[in-house]
Amino acid sequence: MTTKVTQERQGSFSALKCILTVLGVILLGCLVCLLVGGLLAGLKTSAVAITVVMYVLGLLLLPFVITIIVRWRTLYATYQDRDSLATLRLGKWMKLNFKLVKLVMGIPGFLKELGLKIWHAIKAAGIGFARECRDTVTTFVNGDWKTKLSFLVMGFGCLARGQILRGILFLLFEIVFIGYMVLTGAYWLSMLPSLGKVGPQEVYNEIWDTYTTTYNDNSFKILLYGVLTIFFIIAFIYTWRVNVKQNRMAEQILASGKKLRSGKEDLRSLVDDQFHKTLLALPLTGILVFTVMPIVFMVLVAFTNYDGAHDGYASNLFTWVGLTNFNTMLTWQAGGGTQSYAATFGEVLTWTLIWAFFATFTNYFLGMFVAMAINKKGIKLKKLWRTVLVLTIAIPQFISLLYVSKMFAKDGILNGFLLSMGWIKQALPFWEDPVWARITVVIINIWIGIPYLMLITTGILMNIPADLYESARIDGANAWQQYSRITLPYMLFVTGPYLLTSFTGNMNNFNVIYLLTGGAPTNAAASSASGSVGYTDLLITWLFKITQGADSKYYLASVVGILVFVVVALISLIVYNVLPSIKNEEDFQ
Amino acid sequence: MSENKAITGAAPGISKQHMGLKASRTLANTLIHILLVVISVIWLIPFICILLQSFRVESTWQVGYVVPQKWGFDNYTRLLSTDFPRWYLNTFIAALFTALFQTIIVLCMSYTLSRFRFKMRQGLMRFMLILGMFPGMLTMIILYRVLKDLGMTQSNAVPGLILVYIASSGMGYYVSKGFFDTIPKSLDEAARVDGATRFQVLMKIILPLSKPIVIYTVLTAFMGPWGDFVFARYISFGASAGKNVAVGLYDWLSKDQINQSYTMFCAGGVLVALPVTILFMCLQKYYVEGVTGGAVKG
Repeated sequence: MTTKVTQERQGSFSALKCILTVLGVILLGCLVCLLVGGLLAGLKTSAVAITVVMYVLGLLLLPFVITIIVRWRTLYATYQDRDSLATLRLGKWMKLNFKLVKLVMGIPGFLKELGLKIWHAIKAAGIGFARECRDTVTTFVNGDWKTKLSFLVMGFGCLARGQILRGILFLLFEIVFIGYMVLTGAYWLSMLPSLGKVGPQEVYNEIWDTYTTTYNDNSFKILLYGVLTIFFIIAFIYTWRVNVKQNRMAEQILASGKKLRSGKEDLRSLVDDQFHKTLLALPLTGILVFTVMPIVFMVLVAFTNYDGAHDGYASNLFTWVGLTNFNTMLTWQAGGGTQSYAATFGEVLTWTLIWAFFATFTNYFLGMFVAMAINKKGIKLKKLWRTVLVLTIAIPQFISLLYVSKMFAKDGILNGFLLSMGWIKQALPFWEDPVWARITVVIINIWIGIPYLMLITTGILMNIPADLYESARIDGANAWQQYSRITLPYMLFVTGPYLLTSFTGNMNNFNVIYLLTGGAPTNAAASSASGSVGYTDLLITWLFKITQGADSKYYLASVVGILVFVVVALISLIVYNVLPSIKNEEDFQ
Repeated sequence: MSENKAITGAAPGISKQHMGLKASRTLANTLIHILLVVISVIWLIPFICILLQSFRVESTWQVGYVVPQKWGFDNYTRLLSTDFPRWYLNTFIAALFTALFQTIIVLCMSYTLSRFRFKMRQGLMRFMLILGMFPGMLTMIILYRVLKDLGMTQSNAVPGLILVYIASSGMGYYVSKGFFDTIPKSLDEAARVDGATRFQVLMKIILPLSKPIVIYTVLTAFMGPWGDFVFARYISFGASAGKNVAVGLYDWLSKDQINQSYTMFCAGGVLVALPVTILFMCLQKYYVEGVTGGAVKG
């Protein structure tokens, strides 16, 4: 009896400790925010007062946080050595407490690991590069005259040793490259630093007795072809290196007495062991030209002032402006509206993250629930239910989205129905009120997303061995326990990566938001380069809006795009590094 | 029941418990059935509404009721006099070519990444992962300029669109790769021992086994252009002859056109949905296989 009482008291005590830990985490978070914020504010010297206030608050919090951290370290140390056994014996709350502390204490270690990984990657790249250079030099020094000549005339070594096909290909490439550089490449490269010197000019035309504009340099083309030329140069350097390596390999093969591959053998190998090169050639070229190059270009645009008024040819040239655009986006000064760009960005980012979170997880759990409901023993007509839901996937999404958005309008069908039934007095402001709009968007996204999730979860659910459930039922587990101990961990384990891609995909989910609301209702106070930002705008719809309109500020759009990339990369990085550790810890069998 | 008593050797109380369990289970099942009916109705309502509204002839603007007062095919005939047939044709051609080329490219990519182990494999996969983190919209602006220089924009938007769709489709290899991973490598090995080149292995052995995933890829590639909005809108900027159905129908719902075109939109929506839905339902089995098999593992 006494043990039970002390256990109960310990239980409530542990619950208290848990709450204290959470408070401690919050305090720690506040401290970090204050310190970082103070640092950032301090960089902008006009906000001295804010810096001082932040640091003072930080200093006040410091003793509390230090005590909390010390307590955590003792707790962590006590249980860390006797890890699994001791923690198993802990009560429910103490276990949660310990897990929380472990998570927080793990953060410095995680950051250190991350830094080490990055450092190792940089070192490996450096070592690899040095090795290539060294290799090239030794090839030159130790090679015969054919090799040495190949340094200048690519493909000579191959030709001289009887590999006609390879030799001709190398030679051709070199000729094309030199021709290109002499004819146009050098021009583009030379104009790259300035992006055009002479813009459109008004010239007096005597024949017509008026001023006409003559168009001279084209900044856009300069940037585009300049980047292409740089890519070409990189490709040339790589091919030249391959040429050198080929020579060395050929020398080694000949020295060991074997024969070199003839042209016919080369061609045959393209459909055999080098088949992957054949297969990958077309897709990779497509990706390189249509994805990599535009992305590089747009990243560079973020450092220029390319917009409607400076489109590089017709209106005005554009030039490099360095980090000005990033400064504009992330400052606290107003631009366009009454809010600063930074505040708008922060708002839109917050809503994007919230939206991605709710869109992903509501779909996930509700889809799982529907799949489990259909899958349950004793439910008839399983195929019918599944077919109905699959039908909604078949219909092109834009039709559903556009129509449903009209359904929820003020004079739409839903309001009409509710009004005619007398359940409401006036039309519900589904798209007019910010909060309503946000909630409605999430709900409609559920309507769109559940069929997909149902399909995926059904497939996985059918793979869970049924005897797990049987043994659980014999042990007396009720439905909820079966779900949370068997189904949920299994599902999370298998669909972990899918959840991540789903989350980042939702962050960039243009169609749903744009077709449903167009970003409405409009946020009057927010700044935007053109058009207006709304309460349901995601970063990506904002990006699109910036590029529309007469004053399309492409450079701002690029900055937003880069920031989106940074956010997505950060989230993916963190989750990928947390996921394996969860996988190792969780014993889901 | 009596067998129950014999097996468990139980007192009557246990059998009553058993009956209570059964009753609660039936209750749960009934509730779930009702829930499923409600869900099915809710999911189908918008489409039923579109269908009904497309037959409305007494007015062409948005109204608050669903069932038409006067039925007729007016909206459908009106469709033929607008640019809608042109849009339809555009989208259909784009979908056809995309289905063909995208399948080839995706299968090349996923087969290579699944079967071959070459030096840059991991690096390539990671690179494409990072590339996918950039918002796709960024590439739109420059692609528009490039296509403009090539003459493939506005009225001529369809070739440009096809090019854009298929060029980067190699990045969507996950599902197919997951599928190829499940085909045992021993098949490859056995064939190569018999002297087949890798090309022959692909053509004669792997492809016949890959019918589900090929059909899945063709299906998703075909359905893509029907629903693409942003790229089509940007590339066909301004010119009505180059739009695809998504852009065209979207413009019909804009503020200045909605009063004449709302019911036409419904009719157009039905016409767009019909072939795609029928195709999808016929090939439903393969789609489900593809999604449940590859999407999660990949």
